[in-house]
Amino acid sequence: MAGQSDPHQSLFSAEEVEFIAEDETVEIIPNLRMDALNFICGDFGPFFPQIATQVPLWLAVALKKRGKCTIRPPQWMSVEKLTQVLEAERDSQRMFEQLPFHYVEISRLLFDHARDDIPDVYMARSLIEDIRDVRFHKVETNLETLTERAFALKINNLSAMEVNIVRPFVGRALQAFYKHDSLELIPDQERVSDRRPQVANNATRRHLRR
Amino acid sequence: MTSESASTPGIDGDYEALISTTDVELLKRAWRNEKAAPEILHFESALIQRIRGQIQLMEETVEEFSGSGIDPLSVSLYQMDLDRTQYLLRSYLRIRLQKIEKYTFHISNNSEVQSRLSGQEKGFARRCNEDLERHLEESVLSKLPDNYRDILKQSLISEENDMVPEPHLDTFVVCKSRRFLGPFQLDGSDELLEMKPDDLCIIHYKSIRERVQEGEIDLV
Repeated sequence: MAGQSDPHQSLFSAEEVEFIAEDETVEIIPNLRMDALNFICGDFGPFFPQIATQVPLWLAVALKKRGKCTIRPPQWMSVEKLTQVLEAERDSQRMFEQLPFHYVEISRLLFDHARDDIPDVYMARSLIEDIRDVRFHKVETNLETLTERAFALKINNLSAMEVNIVRPFVGRALQAFYKHDSLELIPDQERVSDRRPQVANNATRRHLRR
Repeated sequence: MTSESASTPGIDGDYEALISTTDVELLKRAWRNEKAAPEILHFESALIQRIRGQIQLMEETVEEFSGSGIDPLSVSLYQMDLDRTQYLLRSYLRIRLQKIEKYTFHISNNSEVQSRLSGQEKGFARRCNEDLERHLEESVLSKLPDNYRDILKQSLISEENDMVPEPHLDTFVVCKSRRFLGPFQLDGSDELLEMKPDDLCIIHYKSIRERVQEGEIDLV
């Protein structure tokens, strides 16, 4: 995949994307009694043993690491639901099935830190991997249809990780189309001098095509 | 204590902060926008001031807690929350400094861009400009023939300042709209684009830069 050839071009690192995903809420069942936490990012709790409550993922993972709660995996992470999603992804060529924007990061964090709370963890894990692969294959195939200048490209249903991977490649491709097709041929400010021969080249090509 | 600090945005009349969105959420949005935008955006002074206040309060609280024998688990959780917010704030400020360094000559020649900086950032931009100018002067420019000594021009015959790196507004960015945006025209084309809330798009930055600034569209 071309996008992966130059990872430094991507704006957000994998860790930063994970950081963003850690603010998604999950349900936990605490096994301790603790007062409400009045955080800068919001108020959570109070916590009572066996009473489910909603917290951000980072807090859930922190409590889980200390053995203070179990995490209730989200609905969409059940084997049944994932099997449906995978089938639907395989059946359709274009549209992507709805999974949360951060499904890769969320599932990854839960597999890493809360394996024992996920029923059929191996099955769920391999289903998510398959879904990832199928979806990515589709993203790549769809990118091949990108052949001309566009000012905007709707990419609804793409997940955060997928966006992050295709961003450098698609961004540069569209920019190149834009530049080559542009009537005023805006010179590249940062490399004015070595651009000149190329600009002339593009101009003739544009002529031929019209 | 936290509820008190959370009520300050109301006084500033920041409508958005008033309805449900936390300042951390707003900071995260500002951070993502700043990271994804090719140019430097307006400094979020009111927001940053509030966040700084909240961080300071939280630091005091954590210190108080750890001295007073409150259960160490909650103290460490408060510390984690504090770390996350501080990380966001630092990262936000750092990206801005990086942009200032990169486009220092462009900024010093452009009062509109300067108006987007905070007081401290303006000071930084000025120092950056002076240092870079002195450095280039001493190491290169003073050794060149007279015609090529200008710091902003390739040579004296250049009509414009053609040695000033500027942000590329022709880049494509990924964005998400926050509300329904009726058909609007894209910069340099006849195409019209309509966006529903949460629509995800790869788009020409120039066409949406005002909308990013007005908070109708978020960069992701």
